[in-house]
Amino acid sequence: MIVLFGVFLLSLMVITALAIVRTQHLFVAVILTGIFSLLMAANFFLLDAADVALTEAAIGAGISTVLFLSALALTGEHESVRSSNRILALSVVAVTTLIVIYATFDKPRFGDPLAPVHQHVSPWYLETTPEAIDIPNVVTAVLASFRGYDTLGEVFVVFTAGIGVLFLFGARPPRNSGSPGTRAAEQGLGLRHYLIPRVVGRLLIPFILLFGFYVQFHGDYGPGGGFQAGAIIAAAVILYALLEGEAQALRVIPHKLLIGLMAGGALLYGGVGVASLLLGGNFLDYSVLAADPVAGQHRGILLIEAGVGITVTGVLLSVFHAFAGRRRR
Amino acid sequence: MELLGLYHYWVFAILLMIGFYAVIAKSNLIKKLIGLSIFQSAVFLLYITMGKVDGGTAPIIQAGVENAVFSNPLPQVLILTAIVVGISTTALGLGIVVRIKEEYGSIEESDIQEIDRR
Repeated sequence: MIVLFGVFLLSLMVITALAIVRTQHLFVAVILTGIFSLLMAANFFLLDAADVALTEAAIGAGISTVLFLSALALTGEHESVRSSNRILALSVVAVTTLIVIYATFDKPRFGDPLAPVHQHVSPWYLETTPEAIDIPNVVTAVLASFRGYDTLGEVFVVFTAGIGVLFLFGARPPRNSGSPGTRAAEQGLGLRHYLIPRVVGRLLIPFILLFGFYVQFHGDYGPGGGFQAGAIIAAAVILYALLEGEAQALRVIPHKLLIGLMAGGALLYGGVGVASLLLGGNFLDYSVLAADPVAGQHRGILLIEAGVGITVTGVLLSVFHAFAGRRRR
Repeated sequence: MELLGLYHYWVFAILLMIGFYAVIAKSNLIKKLIGLSIFQSAVFLLYITMGKVDGGTAPIIQAGVENAVFSNPLPQVLILTAIVVGISTTALGLGIVVRIKEEYGSIEESDIQEIDRR
């Protein structure tokens, strides 16, 4: 039954992707991308990846859609019909699809416990986590502790991308360019005139924020962690900005604070690594952070997850404000 | 059943190539970025599919449950971070597109090349 549901979801995803590519209207394409991400998240959940499903739902269906829409507001919604060398592209794509599908016949059967991917280091993670780190969620344990270097790198990639966007938008926009926005948007009023979104949104925002913090601090025990929490908290603030106008949102969380968050989270993560060095351990070896190695692991994971959450929130909000504030400079 | 077991991989191949088609054949830069994110999602799907174990459950160890089968946590960790990095790089790409629009007045590849040739 679950397999059939999976097949249904996957087929829906293919249909959505085809519709995204075919439509000439970019607004429609972006909304369909949101649906695509939601289907993908449901599919991840069926494949036992609860953490990934949470991330995809918060980021793919939530924040990514908002970013694409705010970019569309600056660039225009219609795609020209001209499509360069379509036949050539189609034939390349068709041939490659067939080759990849041919290659899948050599793959281990879906769900095979004896597949090579399950033989190497993964069983070790599952066996060692209870004694060395003692938190229930193995994904968080691998992410934050065993492979902390990777995650540090990823956090800095996110940080760098945020800096890049701020740099790109540091240049002044040329005069009379861009599509004219609506009057309300020009004045930064958001959806203040619309009663129902405003009332519903105001009710929802505290709960979204609360859920974000729950995901942040419960990440050791259930699905969640800094990446997801950062995205959810950013989504709550973005919702506030959409409802109350972006200027009001910047009054609540000023630009300087956002930049501080971006850098501060990454520094906190790196700082934990340096602290473990100074206490006589290896870089990002949390065992030395407390008298008991397992307690040290708990403390280290809490701190670096906080760092991840802070950086992700800061970067996503700064990027949103950079796009949304572009027109009014 | 044998073929149903490969269905996930086929969907991966098809999604990958739908995204790739949008990247190479479409002239609109935003459409290209959307194609790139579909391409990216397809790769995520491949990784998560490979991590699934028959009869398994999400890799969260519960006290008192013996002999539980867990799906592979490693691909999930890789993809979790990749999703967040993906949105950051997409945002950077969108930023570049917006700047191109401001400088060239168009985000169609053919128009941009024409302006460059002048």
